[in-house]
Amino acid sequence: MNRFAELLDRLAYEPGRNNKLRLMSDYFRNTPAPERGYALAALTGTLSFQHAKPNVIRTLIEQRTDPVLFGLSRDYVGDTSETIALMWPVDPAKRPNAIPSITDVVTILNTLGKLELPAQLARWLDALDETGRWALLKLVTGALRVGVSARLAKTAAGSLGDKAPDEIELIWPGLAPPYLELFAWVEGRGERPQTDDPAPFRPAMLSHAIEETDFAALDAREFCAEWKWDGTRVQAAAGTRPDGRHVARLYSRTGEDISGSFPDLAEVLGFDGAIDGELLILREGRVQSFNVLQQRLNRKTVTPKLIAEFPAHLRAYDLLFENGEDLRTLPFTERRTRLEALLKRLDTPRIDLSPLIPFADWETLTAARADPASAGAGADAEAVEGVMIKRRDAPYVPGRPKGLWWKWKRDPFIVDAVLMYAQRGSGKRSSYYSDYTFGVWTDGGELVPVGKAYFGFTDAELLEIDRFVRKHTVSRFGPVREVVHDQGQGLVFEVAFEGLQRSTRHKSGVAMRFPRISRLRWDKPPRDADRLETLEKILVKIEQGRGPAPEATGAEKRDRMPL
Amino acid sequence: MRPEDILISTPLGLCCKRGGFHIDPVRPVEQALITHGHSDHARAGHGAVLATQETLDIMRLRYGANFAGSTQAIAYGETLTLDGVQVSFHPAGHVLGSAQIAVEADGLRIVASGDYKDARDPTCAPFELVPCDVFITEATFGLPVFRHGDAQGEIDKLLRSVALFPERAHMVGAYSLGKAQRVMALIRAAGYERPIYLHGAMETITRYYQQRGIDLGETPLVRDATKADLAGTITLCPPSSLQDRWTRRFPDPVSCFASGWMRVRARARQRGVELPLVISDHADWDGLTATIKATGASEIWVTHGQEDALVHWCTTQGLRARPLDIVGYGDEEETDVVAAQGDGA
Repeated sequence: MNRFAELLDRLAYEPGRNNKLRLMSDYFRNTPAPERGYALAALTGTLSFQHAKPNVIRTLIEQRTDPVLFGLSRDYVGDTSETIALMWPVDPAKRPNAIPSITDVVTILNTLGKLELPAQLARWLDALDETGRWALLKLVTGALRVGVSARLAKTAAGSLGDKAPDEIELIWPGLAPPYLELFAWVEGRGERPQTDDPAPFRPAMLSHAIEETDFAALDAREFCAEWKWDGTRVQAAAGTRPDGRHVARLYSRTGEDISGSFPDLAEVLGFDGAIDGELLILREGRVQSFNVLQQRLNRKTVTPKLIAEFPAHLRAYDLLFENGEDLRTLPFTERRTRLEALLKRLDTPRIDLSPLIPFADWETLTAARADPASAGAGADAEAVEGVMIKRRDAPYVPGRPKGLWWKWKRDPFIVDAVLMYAQRGSGKRSSYYSDYTFGVWTDGGELVPVGKAYFGFTDAELLEIDRFVRKHTVSRFGPVREVVHDQGQGLVFEVAFEGLQRSTRHKSGVAMRFPRISRLRWDKPPRDADRLETLEKILVKIEQGRGPAPEATGAEKRDRMPL
Repeated sequence: MRPEDILISTPLGLCCKRGGFHIDPVRPVEQALITHGHSDHARAGHGAVLATQETLDIMRLRYGANFAGSTQAIAYGETLTLDGVQVSFHPAGHVLGSAQIAVEADGLRIVASGDYKDARDPTCAPFELVPCDVFITEATFGLPVFRHGDAQGEIDKLLRSVALFPERAHMVGAYSLGKAQRVMALIRAAGYERPIYLHGAMETITRYYQQRGIDLGETPLVRDATKADLAGTITLCPPSSLQDRWTRRFPDPVSCFASGWMRVRARARQRGVELPLVISDHADWDGLTATIKATGASEIWVTHGQEDALVHWCTTQGLRARPLDIVGYGDEEETDVVAAQGDGA
């Protein structure tokens, strides 16, 4: 447990993805089975313990510490379970001499009754040090939150041999902790585990962003186009086990099983195969904006109320497998014909086909992209974030193959905003002011923050901004500097973003989706930056169905795809 | 005889009117008794300073030869009488030369402990328990969440990270007087024999420690190394330089920070630390409470830090306790502004 605790501790502080991978693969390499397998289970979120609730632990500490000291400590530390881990009183003379392993914790917790749990937890807490107790509490309450996705943990396990994460995803649903056969296979000591899972994940096919210069070489007749729906890409897989039981699963784009969050969709997957599609929220037949979908995503508990208010829908793009037959080598048009037939047989309002956009030449498609509402998307135009262009004869190739699928996103919204605060970044950027809060003008002539961005600029531009921040600081709050921002003095950013939503957490009342710095406007005085009114107009436009982006007062709209 | 007739707390610091002196005064006074060389306790400009030889040397190195009108060195255990008040200095285990000051008159003894720790430190004399009637304790880590644990274990963590990331530079932020040298000594004790690099601001004090016979091995300056030289190495630097542009001369630095504050994750995260090392030169909660009990004092005065919790604890133990509100003693790491920053060291 101590090494695992140290690993979690490092992961929680380490910002870099590659460094996180190194830390995990080092741990997997140097930790024996079954310990490392249970660690992998913890990191991929596969473990859950029914009785270990935060209030059990709270009761334990209340019995052992002075309430005044606990209160003062809790206020200082700011996190209850960390406070408990730190102030858990240990009598060195009574400290158990065996430090529990993760294997102990997992196997014992799975067999322990509710009543025996508190005493067992107390014995473990007595045996561990501060970091160990912190890790134990995270492990048993099920929220590691150390910035590691299940995908990243699997990637680290795969790196012990040369196994790509996609290869692991394929067999993952058939595996269980402590993953002995997985590690044996990865390390070249055993056969590839046979998956008898009837509904496995198949790695998704991804597209490239199309560039202006690409079109000249492409013949419009060789392509189909469909709307790029602004939801979440999913794979719906279903099949029948040897014992006759039907299994249905919904996977994220990276292969994480998200069926538990969408039981309303999982229950209508009455087929045998794998559909690639977009998860959307439909109300009265209308696709809702991403803002609405977001309210359903990432919810831990799915209540009947949530399902009724945010009914999940699958808009199908492609068919990968059907009744055991691998369709991925067939041309797109043939797969689509099979998909149409399948959906007709299924006949459920929860799943429909993503329509094709009729076009004979690129000009027609350009017009459709500019105004989806008039080009067939109708009332759903609000949920369109561009078009997908697919070769008619393209097979379904996992990964991001070149020349087969293209995405052509809509132009982002753009405003000119004024830099107000800058914060030091982390990791390699820890000496640079690289996180920026920017604002626009209110009617009262005040700047109000509307967003934060920390990318979009080049390394050379970062150096220039860093220099500007250091020279124009008006006050400091810890790692944050307030930068001069009045009518005449300050730095104007051109900020690009994908969407806007109302927010009660922001003083300005709006929050941007995916904002980034698209250009530095050294030439522009802050007084000429945009006003809050501009954002409000964009918001109204989005809520009424998204048309072309309105002209921002100060900013000229950039046409990145003139045709 | 009340303890307040011997020693009272004033805006300048602890004052003994009868003996005509202040202890660790925050502004210039006639006669100052200084517990140790950290800048929040040892300030320049006093008329006369009484301190251990090491503390006087450190003040001279930091402030120049004319840091006080006159100086007098006192050895650990030696007793002087100042206008009928007896004073003696005893090891505090905090940094080289650090002392607790015992003040005694009419059979009543008060010990002003300054900053202290009861944990092992190869770079200074170990803490000595001085029985007394009134014990003045610091409370920097006066909450039961602070238990510093085994410092050598933290060093092992650092060395494992150095082995795992041989292409990166590990920068260890540590207060330039005391902490930095202790960390280096602990690294040596763990068997690490390669050079440990120094920020320019660390040089003077580190060389002084080495002159006093503390073996820190080879400690070259970063200034003389290239970026490639620094891959896979350890550098000691003032905490404030961890986010400074100075870090850009290191290959993909791992930001480490040796401090008792690193026990609390939010504190470490605020500072952008990637590898927190819980190593402190102050007593932790267990150290504070054990020391208070062991002195036998019936009255406890609590200064700088988390006074509330420690005063509350004393009360539960049947001890009379009150906070002393002395302003000006801070968290030395926060005040370790690097004088040498400008020279690009």
